[in-house]
Amino acid sequence: MGYTENELAKDLENQEYKFGFVTNIESDKAPKGLNEGIIRFISAKKEEPEWMLDFRLKAFVLWKEMTEPEWAHVHYEKPHFQDITYYSAPKQSKKYESWDDVDPEMKETMAKLGISMEEQQRLTGVAVDFVMDSVSVATSFKSKLAELGIIFCSFSEAVKDHPELVRKYMGSVVPVTDNFYAALNSAVFTDGSFCYIPKGVRCPMELSTYFRINEGGTGQFERTLVVADQGAYVSYLEGCTAPQRDENQLHAAVVELIALDDAEIKYSTVQNWYPGDKEGKGGIYNFVTKRGVCERNAKIAWTQVETGSAVTWKYPSCVLKGDNSIGEFYSVAVTNNYQQADTGTKMIHLGKNTKSTIISKGISAGKSQNSYRGLVQIHKSADNARNFSQCDSLLMTDECGAHTFPYIECKNSSAKIEHEATTSKIGEDQIFYCLQRGISEEKAISLIVNGYCKEVLNQLPMEFAVEAQKLLAISLEGSVG
Amino acid sequence: MITIKNLHASIDGKEILKGLTLEVPAGQVHAIMGPNGAGKSTLASVLAGREDYEVTEGSVDFDGVDLLELSTEDRAREGMFLAFQYPVEIPGVSNVNFLRTALNEIREYRGKEAISAKDFMAMVREKSAIVELDPKLASRAVNEGFSGGEKKRNEIFQMAMLEPKLAILDETDSGLDIDALRIVANGVNKLRSEKNATIVITHYQRLLDYIIPDVVHVLYNGRIVKSGPKELALELEEKGYDWIKAEQEAK
Ligand SMILES: Nc1ncnc2c1ncn2[C@@H]1O[C@H](COP(=O)(O)OP(=O)(O)OP(=O)(O)O)[C@@H](O)[C@H]1O
Ligand SMILES: [Mg+2]
Repeated sequence: MGYTENELAKDLENQEYKFGFVTNIESDKAPKGLNEGIIRFISAKKEEPEWMLDFRLKAFVLWKEMTEPEWAHVHYEKPHFQDITYYSAPKQSKKYESWDDVDPEMKETMAKLGISMEEQQRLTGVAVDFVMDSVSVATSFKSKLAELGIIFCSFSEAVKDHPELVRKYMGSVVPVTDNFYAALNSAVFTDGSFCYIPKGVRCPMELSTYFRINEGGTGQFERTLVVADQGAYVSYLEGCTAPQRDENQLHAAVVELIALDDAEIKYSTVQNWYPGDKEGKGGIYNFVTKRGVCERNAKIAWTQVETGSAVTWKYPSCVLKGDNSIGEFYSVAVTNNYQQADTGTKMIHLGKNTKSTIISKGISAGKSQNSYRGLVQIHKSADNARNFSQCDSLLMTDECGAHTFPYIECKNSSAKIEHEATTSKIGEDQIFYCLQRGISEEKAISLIVNGYCKEVLNQLPMEFAVEAQKLLAISLEGSVG
Repeated sequence: MITIKNLHASIDGKEILKGLTLEVPAGQVHAIMGPNGAGKSTLASVLAGREDYEVTEGSVDFDGVDLLELSTEDRAREGMFLAFQYPVEIPGVSNVNFLRTALNEIREYRGKEAISAKDFMAMVREKSAIVELDPKLASRAVNEGFSGGEKKRNEIFQMAMLEPKLAILDETDSGLDIDALRIVANGVNKLRSEKNATIVITHYQRLLDYIIPDVVHVLYNGRIVKSGPKELALELEEKGYDWIKAEQEAK
């Protein structure tokens, strides 16, 4: 069943975006555009303290001076920043006290997403902080976590209830001036998640947030801050889907992780923003800044499975500040049709005996462009630093592209740096072998691709890995050419 | 089990099978021998449904169904199995996962429910014993890093798991050491029944000491040019193919 391009096109046409639907929940919106007034509006809506408003306004001033980055291997129409609605909240007079109070329509949306919250709570022990259009509508397991002193709440709540923690850590890993989109986020972010694990506490469950863009034209500016105090451990999951849409939507999140001495943070993402249609129309622009800092003996592992978005620009990074700290990055990035992804990581070695591992698996199909961009930086102070990088690319068609841009800056001669890279085309022989055993072409591709990504998928928590495998299969259906 | 009539097939415009006719009844083992490049693997690939080949003429009846009308995977689901001359590696996919997927797709096609994990594992144990396959290999990635002989043994293990009606073994004996040859042959013999048939493609009569064929065919220049009892293999081993070539050219 070798696919011709025509058959392939037809197949993909029939495959409408699975989660492409819009919920009719009335929104409480800011007018379009961006100026100081809008920022004050957002801050007031969220009943923020003065210091938070100051932070935003300063960021806004700095952002206005900055220009959009051009260096990534992506081409897109620049977002019109004055044409975006920066605040939209589901119209709800009061916050929910319990799950039963939640708007039935919202529950239905969640069911369509395949995340029935009751199920999640009962079966998986996952505490979900569901963010729909900027405002957290339901938080679960809070009391259980509270017993251990763990704080897991929306960012807005944290600003109100834990200002000392937020003020101490917000912007400490990703400074406002870090980049254009980080600055924009700092000025206009609407909500997100906050998590604090106290000294020596091992968080007993996976913490999870589902993001979802819902209101047409609403830019999403999420902000996540995870702090693991000395000797603490947490595994954090982030996953998302988005409805079908015509105009491009901007998503510019900031995620900051802080792992203090001997702490460990695992941060896993399954990203499935709407990628645009087969002509490359619509789809999410995903410009994310994710970074973590490791103090002594600390460890941060980023694992991501990226299948969505029209344009992705994302480099989850680790600053290995403390001696003996460890940074890991495991990534699968799939692009299909006209999707473009420029993703990778930065490992900044500052401490002695610091270690980093990078495993990146790119899969390109259709006419898509998939780039790995990674930086390994060994500073003078980083004696005996070690890095291992492996970047593999798998091509599904002759029309797609895979690119690898590894940058290495080494200022300490005791460092050991290894880099391996491979590019392969999905084998007709492999597919024929599967078909001959009675396996359908779709399943064959899914098997082969999942096998190819195994090292990364193995890093995900069980239930997330299953979801990720399904997503890979859906993203690549009928994509061999 | 299979009736092939006047089969013509070509690849990239070059005709390789040139009117091949062959019948293998249920319960029998037929051997196909022939010089390099005669078209033996091509026959196997065409029967299995490899897309690269174009069938230009002829018919193939497979246990009552028109084989050439079926897709590659449906041929497999109808009970056609090909043990590859060069088994393919699938990194990261465990043998057991691969086989379970295959088995369940075949079962679904036949209207049976999926096999339970317990039954499946019991089956893996039973069948791997038949070919004395190291159980560790069953959980490793499909053929990845397997030695040449291990790959061949794995093919027979897969065959045992999928229980085909017709198995085509393409030079399964090549690359096997003497013990492995005996083990693989024993495996094939154990799986023989009145309900299935086997086509053994080989260059060496030695294999046929273990797997006794009912008929030996000589494939030359895209056709079956000679068929005979198992003694024909001995004759070929002794005399080579020159006399066949001479005979053909004389015609
Ligand atoms: N793509 C192709 N284009 C042209 N000729 C081809 C192509 N593929 C195979 N052939 C030819 O088809 C012929 C038959 O090949 P096949 O592999 O079937 O031989 P075989 O009988 O299995 O040989 P062996 O004993 O060496 O395994 C060979 O001459 C081979 O070169
Ligand atoms: Mg051959």
